Amino acid sequence: MNETTQPTIKKISNKERMKIPRHAMPEQEPLVRAKNFFEVPLGYTADMAMEEADRCLQCKDPKCIQGCPVNVKIPQFIFHVAMGNFELAANTLKETNALPAVCGRVCPQEEQCETVCVIGGKVEPVAIGRLERFVADWERASRKVSLPAIPRSSGKKIAVIGAGPAGLTCAGDLAKLGHSVTVFEALHKAGGVLVYGIPEFRLPKQIVEAEVQYLEKLGVKIQCNFVVGMTRTVDELMTEDGYDAVFIGTGAGLPYFMGLPGENLNGVYSANEFLTRMNLMKGFEFPNNADTPVPMAKHVAVIGGGNTAMDAARTALRLQWTEKVYIVYRRSLVEMPARKEEIHHGEQEGIEFLLLTNPTRFLGENGWLTGMECQKMELGEPDASGRRKPVPINGSEFVLTVESAIVATGNGSNPLINKTTPGLTANKYGNIIADESGKTSREGMWAGGDIVIGAATVIKAMGAGKKAAAAIHEYVTAKKK
Amino acid sequence: MLTVYPILEKNDLASKVYRYVIAAPDIVKKAKAGQFVILRLHEGGERIPITLADWDMQRGTVTLYVQAIGKTTTMMSMLKVGDFLTDVVGPFGLPSHVEKGKTFVAVGGGFGIAAIHPIVRANKLVGNKTISIIGARSKEMIIMEDEMRAISDEVRIATDDGSYGTKGFVTTILKSMLEHKEPVDVVLAIGPVIMMKAVSDLTKQYGVKTLVSLNPIMMDGTGMCGACRVIVGDTMQFACVDGPEFDGHAVDFNLLMARQKMYSPQEKISMEIFEKTCRTQEHRETAAW
Ligand SMILES: Cc1cc2nc3c(=O)[nH]c(=O)nc-3n(C[C@H](O)[C@H](O)[C@H](O)COP(=O)(O)OP(=O)(O)OC[C@H]3O[C@@H](n4cnc5c(N)ncnc54)[C@H](O)[C@@H]3O)c2cc1C
Ligand SMILES: Cc1cc2nc3c(=O)[nH]c(=O)nc-3n(C[C@H](O)[C@H](O)[C@H](O)COP(=O)(O)OP(=O)(O)OC[C@H]3O[C@@H](n4cnc5c(N)ncnc54)[C@H](O)[C@@H]3O)c2cc1C
Ligand code: SF4
Ligand code: FES
Repeated sequence: MNETTQPTIKKISNKERMKIPRHAMPEQEPLVRAKNFFEVPLGYTADMAMEEADRCLQCKDPKCIQGCPVNVKIPQFIFHVAMGNFELAANTLKETNALPAVCGRVCPQEEQCETVCVIGGKVEPVAIGRLERFVADWERASRKVSLPAIPRSSGKKIAVIGAGPAGLTCAGDLAKLGHSVTVFEALHKAGGVLVYGIPEFRLPKQIVEAEVQYLEKLGVKIQCNFVVGMTRTVDELMTEDGYDAVFIGTGAGLPYFMGLPGENLNGVYSANEFLTRMNLMKGFEFPNNADTPVPMAKHVAVIGGGNTAMDAARTALRLQWTEKVYIVYRRSLVEMPARKEEIHHGEQEGIEFLLLTNPTRFLGENGWLTGMECQKMELGEPDASGRRKPVPINGSEFVLTVESAIVATGNGSNPLINKTTPGLTANKYGNIIADESGKTSREGMWAGGDIVIGAATVIKAMGAGKKAAAAIHEYVTAKKK
Repeated sequence: MLTVYPILEKNDLASKVYRYVIAAPDIVKKAKAGQFVILRLHEGGERIPITLADWDMQRGTVTLYVQAIGKTTTMMSMLKVGDFLTDVVGPFGLPSHVEKGKTFVAVGGGFGIAAIHPIVRANKLVGNKTISIIGARSKEMIIMEDEMRAISDEVRIATDDGSYGTKGFVTTILKSMLEHKEPVDVVLAIGPVIMMKAVSDLTKQYGVKTLVSLNPIMMDGTGMCGACRVIVGDTMQFACVDGPEFDGHAVDFNLLMARQKMYSPQEKISMEIFEKTCRTQEHRETAAW
């Protein structure tokens, strides 16, 4: 069967196909889900998935593949879905994407594969992300997850630093090639942002756990509670502990504050602190099943417009004592970098968006936050990012009454590895400098993901992990013992 | 590589201070004076920072002194030899800054006595004259006296009630030393914030260099969350990675004190629920007899 030429799924014309409406995603009702932590979208049923797959034209020149940062064979997997061959679909997906259940949920498909989908010009694009999610969930639920045949041990040891999507992908690929791989993770749980940042209602932690267990089945050792740079340096891993190569995937985990007066009042948090308390530490189960306290505020302001801001806002809203959550963003809705779907979800759930608004200072009493002074903005000339630069409107100051403010204005890279690894070069932002394959200035050391390109996306981090794995494989194979 | 961390020794020292020896071989290899670990007792547990008071290369163990003040530290006080901690990670923080050729005065109060211990030893090892001033409310709450004597040229003790050593605070002793112009090059103070502040205020008047080890609320310990931020001079610093040791004359102690109370209401709830369940459990146990 040759899938790339026009296959015969259902004998209907392309015109007919394009008449099939895009299948909506079943979701929890906004007002119900706004007070629980269960996943918002419920997922396609098999029938829905097959119907949606029928919308795909199986293009000869499928633009969607180029739109995907790891070039998933999209029409091929969709073909299998249309035929009801979900297992084949899963195998096709996994050839290029190690974490389809994650990507199907958190990838910005609307900016990647779906935005270039050929039918997208005329009708709504094929729901590629939802199909990806369906296939991955089907595979997990049916326990059809198959382990690939692993070649004989190569005798090479590889250290992967950081158990985020970049590190996990790199580790999986190297293990499949027969290398002995250990992932070193600073926190007590593997997953990176997938476990400490992205909330349960968007990415159930059990999915990440399943992926980590799969890696362990492939033979990957996961060593949590191990801070490279402190517990051991990269050089010690290589010279004393006998690792032949290292992949650094330590992410962008350094919170930026804004330097505003009152920023250290009780009640002002970085999004990293708030989300880590809630997700990694399971703060939403405090005080019964978790010991880590979370802020108890009725009115919460989240500053920023990215995914992190949306996640913090929607998480805060779900706490039973929260009455009102504001997103305070200095540009307008169109410039918001968060995924459109998440902005839409936030709006539905009742988050109030204060756009073209910027905080100027935090106000407090006896050390506790009581309000946030803001200023209205207007859009001026385009700036370096091509987006129109917000400029303050004089005299437009007003005070927002909030007891909690969450700063989600971006993350830098953690300098720990750079500081403790002589000769490893980084740019002025602290991002490790690496080439296409992830090769750094130090022999035997690769890097990828947010630590190289700055805060980006899960799929880009995975892509980088994959490329580095291929390069590391070549390097250790060529290297004499 | 261990994945759980067994308690090998435990001693009940003074009121609510416990000494633990825990197997953590990875951490021992890199431990330096002034650093700390983060531990978690069980799934669902909090991550709490505890100073490395001592370590043993051969045995691969770390020694911790923990004061039971809230839920996590009280639960820890109920663990026995042979029990396991779910997570111990580190070492964290920058090692203490040790200068040669100095008269080094260390001031410790409460668990701070355990925290100054390795730093005094590091100073002794480079040949510095070491004077340790340790204090507590009363005699039975003074911990580690013998250990401190073994590494200090002199140990001076203060108790609030005068039941041992000088009656008064650690600052009473330090003040008299400074007033009598005893040679003091560097002072290190570790303990309750109020004590570190009092020491810093005092030494500032005499222009004596003073180091303090700050204990803000922490979570990850890697510089990722910013919970531990403190103001030193004009700059925001993350105590877990930029400290915990800082120039006592530049620290904003009032801010630190306020920020330590960030979760007080929640901590209280947590402790109340915990005590209630403990009591019911005790009740059940006695009822069974
Ligand atoms: C709240 C939030 C929401 C997001 N939402 C989306 C989304 O919807 N879609 C999307 O595509 N992207 C999203 N992103 C971005 C995405 O999560 C990241 O781009 C991606 O996780 C980067 O992967 P990584 O492997 O490079 O790093 P990370 O996921 O950051 O993982 C790095 C890991 O390394 C560990 N580490 C760091 N230093 C050390 C050390 N010295 N020793 C050992 N371990 C170390 C860290 O603890 C961490 O576990 C979001 C990010 C955040 C913060
Ligand atoms: C670098 C550092 C080293 C420390 N070394 C020691 C030590 O050697 N021995 C010792 O007994 N204590 C030490 N502490 C303090 C210890 O971490 C706290 O007493 C402990 O976290 C309290 O937890 P709890 O749940 O029992 O009490 P809680 O009821 O939760 O809190 C009681 C008080 O402890 C402080 N606290 C609470 N949670 C944290 C946290 N996650 N991080 C820091 N402080 C917190 C707060 O000020 C709070 O008001 C150290 C703290 C730091 C930052
Ligand atoms: S571009 Fe769209 S229609 Fe064409 S193959 Fe890809 S998903 Fe199918
Ligand atoms: S404890 Fe999180 S940054 Fe210091």
